[in-house]
Amino acid sequence: MPDTEPSDDLIALTQAPIDAPSIVRRLVRPPVGAVATFEGVVRDNLRGRRTRYLDYEAYAPMALRMLRRVAAEARAKHPDLDRLALIHRLGRLRVSETSVLVVATAPHRATAFEACRFGIDRIKTLVPIWKREYFEDGDVWVEGVRPMLDPP
Amino acid sequence: MPTVDHLSLNVLVFGQCRALVGADTASVRVTVPATAAAVVEAVCEQYPQLAPLRASLLVAVNEEYAPNDMPIQAGDTVAVFPPIAGG
Repeated sequence: MPDTEPSDDLIALTQAPIDAPSIVRRLVRPPVGAVATFEGVVRDNLRGRRTRYLDYEAYAPMALRMLRRVAAEARAKHPDLDRLALIHRLGRLRVSETSVLVVATAPHRATAFEACRFGIDRIKTLVPIWKREYFEDGDVWVEGVRPMLDPP
Repeated sequence: MPTVDHLSLNVLVFGQCRALVGADTASVRVTVPATAAAVVEAVCEQYPQLAPLRASLLVAVNEEYAPNDMPIQAGDTVAVFPPIAGG
């Protein structure tokens, strides 16, 4: 289980399966009226080619630093955000397993939805993680993106 | 003869770079003063299997993304890796 940050956010890289409901239960506290959850899960194909599993790896210390930055950016954008979970799985993942979880809680839904969307979009453009996708008949390193240093 | 100072770096490599190097670090020598771009050049020269990726490679210095002209000092933690693909 990830440790809680000084801000009460949950920021983690984990080799273990991500259990979204248990994370949500840990985050919600009385002033919260809205919880938005995003899970990225492993798809069964890449442009029609049948996927067997993916191997995820990270530059862990930098990835944690960038996850904390994403949380700080979300707070700067949404002062009424209550708590955030930004959790990325590493290692071997099979189809339909959760690779990334973003949870945003807030008094009202607009902030929860917007901060959740912001969180996943920023993870994909800032956090140094790579994945290799294995098929029945070979494998590829999934094509990545150049980092976007400033938040949109 | 003029002396040229060099910096020896154990560059952390990730993703396809790690797979192509076959190890978690790439040992390179760069002339001083060194920059992030010079580290990419040195890595691609000393590990030619990375050369096809050269134009896409990213550099981090002390766990921050580094622009091409970022100076590299002795003791810095330097990493080279391809574009990021989390999520």
